[in-house]
Amino acid sequence: MQNETLIIAGREFRSRLWVGTGKYKDFAETKKAIEASGADVVTVAVRRVNITDRSKENLLDYLDPKKYTILPNTAGCYNVEDAVRYARLARAAGVSDLIKLEVLGDERTLFPDTAGLIEAAKILIKEGFIVLPYTNDDPIVAQKLVDIGCPAVMPLAAPIGSGLGIRNPYNLKIIMEMIKVPIIVDAGVGTASDAALAMELGADAVLMNTAIAGAQEPIAMAEAMKYAVYAGRLAYKAGRIPRKLYATASSPIEGML
Amino acid sequence: MKAEAIQIQVNGEPHGCKANATVGDLLRELTIKTERVAVELNLEILDRKEFEHRNLKQGDRVEILSFIGGGAPYGAQDGGRGFGHAE
Repeated sequence: MQNETLIIAGREFRSRLWVGTGKYKDFAETKKAIEASGADVVTVAVRRVNITDRSKENLLDYLDPKKYTILPNTAGCYNVEDAVRYARLARAAGVSDLIKLEVLGDERTLFPDTAGLIEAAKILIKEGFIVLPYTNDDPIVAQKLVDIGCPAVMPLAAPIGSGLGIRNPYNLKIIMEMIKVPIIVDAGVGTASDAALAMELGADAVLMNTAIAGAQEPIAMAEAMKYAVYAGRLAYKAGRIPRKLYATASSPIEGML
Repeated sequence: MKAEAIQIQVNGEPHGCKANATVGDLLRELTIKTERVAVELNLEILDRKEFEHRNLKQGDRVEILSFIGGGAPYGAQDGGRGFGHAE
């Protein structure tokens, strides 16, 4: 179990917890939290370099690209054109074809625009990108994303940063059963039990940012999430008992007075 | 040969530089390391190998981007605890 790796598009990942790098106090805290989480995949955004104040440090000075897979995202993109542009810029700035594709549909919920997502994914896949799409908990959309060539899908648990946890475990369960590529539950996790539940449902990995970065003690929460994902995965593999309405005695009746 | 000055835009801000300066010259002037940045010249994304061969001309729009901390977009909803810029 310890060595059970996750394979996506021929790439091997040790950790089933992936983390975002936003919202931390500073880079030192970001680094410590990532180390405590045990994650080997970290997401980053692509933004304009600050050209007026050149004294600021770069996040990547704190994250050894040999140690971590840097997964750029298209966060903040609300249409196909922008998402494709940011994905291309990420590839130009980075070293790989991996992209976490987000095409958002609404500022208040940050829910994905799944029609735009499929369109952008098609364009990027044609250009050789390995597209990991941030999608809704809709099994049909997930299947469409797989059909056009996404090697994994990333359905949300709840709105980004909401901390509401797994809002629709039944849809996620259907996605896990229907979809034959790795499923990474992305966004909405609030605490360790949410991450464990995602894994118990059969998720292959969980990606989170705010649940760790926004906690009172981010580094402690990062560690909690590591164990939650690990425990959830173990429980999933072990196979839970069915739920029953009535009791079943654990101690034998035989030998009683 | 006199080095005339031209006006370009870098990341949305007006910027003066020498005529015929290359993208590579501009990055050096701004002390930006070429690894880990993407440069867009008038909406065309440049390959890193092209930086030294692409000359800037009056009115060019240059965008220089890099990776920053991110998982989710931040700002509007969450009080903007994130960093504003790359680097």
